[in-house]
Amino acid sequence: MKVTTKDVAHIAQLSRLTIPQDEMEKFTEEFNQILNYADMLNELDTKGVEPTANVLPLSNVLRDDVALEGVSLEEALVNAPEVHDGGFKVPRVIE
Amino acid sequence: MELYDTTAHELHEKLVKKKISSVELTNKVFSRIDEVESLTNAYVTLDKETALAQAAKVDKMLAEGEKIAPLAGIPGAIKDNISTKGLKTTCSSKMLENFMPIYDAHVIKKLRNDETVFVGKTNLDEFAMGSSTETSYFNVSHNPWNLERVPGGSSGGSAVAITAGEAIWALGSDTGGSIRQPASFTGCVGFKPTYGRVSRSGCVAFASSLDQIGPITKDVHDAALVLNAICGVDANDSTSLPVAVPDFTSALKTDVKGLKIGLPKEYFAAGLAPEVSEIIQKAIKDYENLGAEIVEVSLPHTEYAVITYYIIAPAEASANLARFDGVRYGYRNLEATSAPEMTTASRTEGFGSEVKKRIMLGTYVLSSGYYDAYYLKAMQVRTLIRKDFEKAFEKCDVLLTPTCPNVAYPIDGKMDPLATYLLDACTIPVNLAGLPGISIPAGFVSGLPVGMQLIGKPLDEETILRAAYTFEQTHEYHKAIAPIGGK
Repeated sequence: MKVTTKDVAHIAQLSRLTIPQDEMEKFTEEFNQILNYADMLNELDTKGVEPTANVLPLSNVLRDDVALEGVSLEEALVNAPEVHDGGFKVPRVIE
Repeated sequence: MELYDTTAHELHEKLVKKKISSVELTNKVFSRIDEVESLTNAYVTLDKETALAQAAKVDKMLAEGEKIAPLAGIPGAIKDNISTKGLKTTCSSKMLENFMPIYDAHVIKKLRNDETVFVGKTNLDEFAMGSSTETSYFNVSHNPWNLERVPGGSSGGSAVAITAGEAIWALGSDTGGSIRQPASFTGCVGFKPTYGRVSRSGCVAFASSLDQIGPITKDVHDAALVLNAICGVDANDSTSLPVAVPDFTSALKTDVKGLKIGLPKEYFAAGLAPEVSEIIQKAIKDYENLGAEIVEVSLPHTEYAVITYYIIAPAEASANLARFDGVRYGYRNLEATSAPEMTTASRTEGFGSEVKKRIMLGTYVLSSGYYDAYYLKAMQVRTLIRKDFEKAFEKCDVLLTPTCPNVAYPIDGKMDPLATYLLDACTIPVNLAGLPGISIPAGFVSGLPVGMQLIGKPLDEETILRAAYTFEQTHEYHKAIAPIGGK
């Protein structure tokens, strides 16, 4: 087994997610199923192979430094769950 | 033939010759939706009022003798992960159930300029993560050929809309096969352009180095028309390619004489259903009889593609979906008393289990201590897969494969997750290499459509369009009408 339920709980925390206790076993099993399957990559010698992050023949795509119209305050808040004084309202961050 | 089963290029002729009006056509499509939507669940949101107003606008243009674009006044369906200003874009997720975009995706802007009609937004697997639409928060879409079967995914709703006559043309998005596989399962044409051909601006990001928007249509000609409408560079997407866009309809020739078609032997190996194999073999014979030259090629790293994808795509997804924090948009848990607690509770309640699994898988493979073993390794194998294609294309002009190793499977939740992932074995490598690929109908097994995939060199959409068009025009498969439970 690559990861235990304890590992999965930790990964969930890093991902800002919670996995309910009753789903934990199944979740861990499916996680391990994929990670075990990933073992096959070790059959390949990739020493010196350049990684591909992106298939494009482009780099440093630039445009002229011209100011364009941005998003209005009203528009920016259209989907906000809670608004206060023209800003996004959130629960207390610092005690 | 019913108007809703007619292709866009034929309807354009009828509009221009004033044999029909756009309002009449749009009404026909909506009455068809009234008739079958309760059986198919193709849509998340419908927008009849705006659609009819737009149709009336096009009719007025025609009445005034204005020249109209090929898709003007023709009702299309948009996958619900493509941003439409003023029309909800949900990604079939509770997280975005009420999300109202404040801007249009680049492709939507272009289509609006062409005066198209938007019917509504189609169902998908949540955040495009899946191959069946079963992970949608709202509904499972049903395959019009057999309502007990999945339509494929993630662009399942778009494929169903086309097959059932609930739209004339549609947009999907394809990260590992999400346009081509549902097209294959429902007997449509599905086209994934070269990575960078179409701007991703406004397509809700899943895996940014793999995602690409493309058409799902009733025939190859319509696919070319939609490509003409949506391709092109965009300042809002630095990965869109600054290259000239040809008129894709000029590639629509019934001629494959001398065309070298490569058969990658790995795609015809174990796992391919014998009935599907038979249909593809027959298609190969037909191409040979039409004058194409068939060559066997090898893509030796094919078997590593699925796991490579299931490392890279979740890694990118975990980063992309970090934006859903409950602060600025999307679902928020309102009981939480601190900001971090609010974010965790909102994400836990807002995302479904497949999305959570992929975010966590991505978080894991990117985490300290595992990055080299998984993510870096997968990126290196991605290079090997790309090089396989480069080498194969030294010997041929296009590659021919099945789109999927089997036909649509039952909606019963019995598919093992890993087995479902492996069904994408023929489509995933194309995304990893950034190549263009099309799926076209090639036959039926027990009343269920079988798709054939043609893969092209980078930016060589035209050759696969020509090969696809030639096969289509010398067969009748694309004309078959789905039964939809007798409707």
